[in-house]
Amino acid sequence: MGGYIFEAINTIGKAIIRDKQMLTDLDAAIGDGDHGINMARGFEAVQAKMQALEAETDIGKVMKTIGMTLISSVGGASGPLYGTAFLRAAGPSQGKTKLDTDTASLMLAAAITGIKERGKAIRGEKTMLDALEPAYDAFMEGAKVNKTVIECLELACNAAQEGVEFTKTIAATKGRASYLGERSIGHQDAGATSSYIMLHALLEFLRGNN
Amino acid sequence: MVGVVIVSHSQKVAEGIREMALQMANPSQQIIAAGGMDDGSIGTDAFKVSEAIVLANTGDGVAVLVDLGSAVLSTETAFDFLDDELRAKVKIADAPILEGAISAVVEASLGSSLSAVIATAEGARTLNKC
Repeated sequence: MGGYIFEAINTIGKAIIRDKQMLTDLDAAIGDGDHGINMARGFEAVQAKMQALEAETDIGKVMKTIGMTLISSVGGASGPLYGTAFLRAAGPSQGKTKLDTDTASLMLAAAITGIKERGKAIRGEKTMLDALEPAYDAFMEGAKVNKTVIECLELACNAAQEGVEFTKTIAATKGRASYLGERSIGHQDAGATSSYIMLHALLEFLRGNN
Repeated sequence: MVGVVIVSHSQKVAEGIREMALQMANPSQQIIAAGGMDDGSIGTDAFKVSEAIVLANTGDGVAVLVDLGSAVLSTETAFDFLDDELRAKVKIADAPILEGAISAVVEASLGSSLSAVIATAEGARTLNKC
């Protein structure tokens, strides 16, 4: 058994690997059909790297390792996007060993900014941002009224899930799905879904470790 | 001489384009293929791209030719791993990858500047084929 952050990442990785086929099927409908396979390959590489970091308690160091590993192992657009997100999240979590609301909100904000800059995307384009930005807003609503990090993350997960549903109603203008234009309407975005899966896995981990 | 890096999701595509471009190249020119993932699968790897850029640079900068979507994202991510001096001398050409690479190599072989190489590569977009 590793430490807190080791187990948290392990839980997230397992969730992505478990839902590999679902993510790939979602992507196959409107993209190039590799999102689940790519993300699973990325998190398998992360798990292998994490073995050496089992005793690491600094969340920032772990975030950096995850970012670098995803960039070099995912292959699709989600590699640089999520890789950049984790690298950026490493900044505010440097030296931290537990997720408090302040740290988590700063990490989420930095990650989202990274994704927006890397992907030159905004909310409403049928991407992971359609799950992550509402999640961040909901998290901050909770933080404002001094809810616990778990309560804030519950709000964030609900908002992310609604965001995933929302992606079914809009057309893609970014990524491979944009080639389909209006025909992408009716399909759920795979990137928004993987973002939701990660947030939800983190919530489950925190609930189990509270 | 400006170096050229070819970034494709497929290792074979990147190497094939390099092979064609080499026919037009000056022997001292650096043309580096950065295609696919380490295990040979389809994808782009920002670290592979940043290593290729370092190899391709002989001091005059590097023009990067890319294929689809994540090739651009991976190349821009690769820029984050370069030192400031080199980062200022690397540019992605908004050009078709094969025609752009060959045009870039020809322009670079004449000893042209990075901006001229990029402009020529981007001009390949309007080449008529029939």
